[in-house]
Amino acid sequence: MITLADMLTLSGILFALAVAGIFLNRKNVILLLMCVELLLLAANFNFIAFSRMLGDLTGQVFVFFVLTVAAAESAIGLAILVVLFRERRSINVEDLNTLKG
Amino acid sequence: MPDTMMNLHSIAAAVPEIYLTAAICIVLLFEAFVGAKRPGATGTLTLLVLVVGAALTVAYADVAHRVVLFDGTYVADPLAYVLKLAGFLAVAVALLYSRAYLQNRDILKGEYYVLSLSALLGIFVLISANSLLTVYLGVELLALSVYAMVAFDRESGVAAEAAMKYFVLGAIASGMLLYGMSIVYGLTGTLNLDGIAVALSAPHNLGVILGLTFIVVAVAFKLGAVPFHMWLPDVYDGAPTSVTLFIGTAPKLGYFALALRLLAHGLAGVTVDWTAMLAPLAVLTLVVGNVVAIAQTNIKRMLAYSTISHVGFILLGFVAGTVNGYGAALYYTLVYVLMALGFFGVVILASRKGFEADKLEHYKGLYRRDPLLALAMAMLMFSTAGVPPFVGFWAKLRIIQALWETQHLWLVVTAVVMSVVGAFYYLRVVKLMYFDEAPESLPDTVRSFGVRFALGVNAAAVLVLGILPAPLLDLCARVIH
Repeated sequence: MITLADMLTLSGILFALAVAGIFLNRKNVILLLMCVELLLLAANFNFIAFSRMLGDLTGQVFVFFVLTVAAAESAIGLAILVVLFRERRSINVEDLNTLKG
Repeated sequence: MPDTMMNLHSIAAAVPEIYLTAAICIVLLFEAFVGAKRPGATGTLTLLVLVVGAALTVAYADVAHRVVLFDGTYVADPLAYVLKLAGFLAVAVALLYSRAYLQNRDILKGEYYVLSLSALLGIFVLISANSLLTVYLGVELLALSVYAMVAFDRESGVAAEAAMKYFVLGAIASGMLLYGMSIVYGLTGTLNLDGIAVALSAPHNLGVILGLTFIVVAVAFKLGAVPFHMWLPDVYDGAPTSVTLFIGTAPKLGYFALALRLLAHGLAGVTVDWTAMLAPLAVLTLVVGNVVAIAQTNIKRMLAYSTISHVGFILLGFVAGTVNGYGAALYYTLVYVLMALGFFGVVILASRKGFEADKLEHYKGLYRRDPLLALAMAMLMFSTAGVPPFVGFWAKLRIIQALWETQHLWLVVTAVVMSVVGAFYYLRVVKLMYFDEAPESLPDTVRSFGVRFALGVNAAAVLVLGILPAPLLDLCARVIH
């Protein structure tokens, strides 16, 4: 029997993996974009788990909106990546150091 | 007729969004068919769209009380009305200032205007959000448009890098927001902010605090509060100045609304918890923003850190956790947007193609080269520093009053001390302009009459609203209740 706690644990692990991926990855910007997607999917998983538990469909409707927005978000992210690659000839995270916080 | 049925009369309160969505489509088509033949025509059309939008908002959306539409996801109230009007005007002024800048650098393209209108639509959705779903959609619509605007100058590697950093950090913030929202949804069983407020006013599951933490982090990220501020100086510095002008102004209205709708309305039941989280953030934001700004030699970075310190003040208004505090934060946001339009406008007017006027030393001796521009900048800097009789003084005073009423003595002391520290770097700009000699011959400032007139009105407004603060103060107190 899969309980709510199991599903929330899984989504927590996904979320932690995504955040760790973003902060540990020093090589490739595309990996960053993948981690960002994973972050959104972790939240989606939460919504679906709660929606099932509550017997309320709005949570699942929310997930459809998030999926659509996530698609738009990757489109923008990849577009910025193309502009960046044209200028720098590199998608290495460590090369993004002209501006320093 | 049941009141859930929609008719033209019942959706009149949503006129700003409906109009703006239609206008975006029209501007996009206009750009596709006419834009290439007549560069600049799209910009004129966009300005017209914004002015008509402001007029329509005044005519139709002036609601005297709270109207909830679209199955509880949308709310129109006097607050939304004021913020939307301010949004239309702020974007119109920002686009007016940036036109010559874009033209001189061959990036006067229609996409720029379409993107700024869609960002404005995102701001409006945020302002009128009454459900977690609308909040999320507003945040994303605004953020996605702004990422693209930062990367707009495709020849600039720095802009692309700034856009990439902004995108990745912004996406993390969205992820946090969404994760927090999912927890709040799971524990309250509704997406509707009114419903969440009701659920949290009764005894509730303490897990909500976990969701709240994620939401507070996301809000702090979007506003640029320390320690989630790292994107802000890079983006302000790396983006073309016209885009810096845009993201430094209108989106603040949206993010203010985000904090107000989510924290002060939806999560009102846990106000004690989120004010306790925001208080250290606000203090850190004030200290880091003001102290690091002193060390900057680049004026765009300096103004970015100054933005961070102003965010600290706005957060302090929320920390007070009272109606007076929120009213003070609203007043501060409106005043800040007015001042930011002015000083980024000056940076735009002082720059030329190939010369961004982004170093502080470029402002040495500005008084001799262009006395009027120097006067406008001096007025804006005095106002930002909080010197009476300029409007910035009243903004800071209201925040401090709200904190005093709620007995946050230490926060009052921090706010006052940090205002004094902040005054140093604003007045340094005035000193550079008036008392230093220009090091070498710098390019002329922009002399176009229309833009200079608008900037003059902007600087004069800072003085007039400072001498006669009552109308705007009353308005802010009235729309928040």
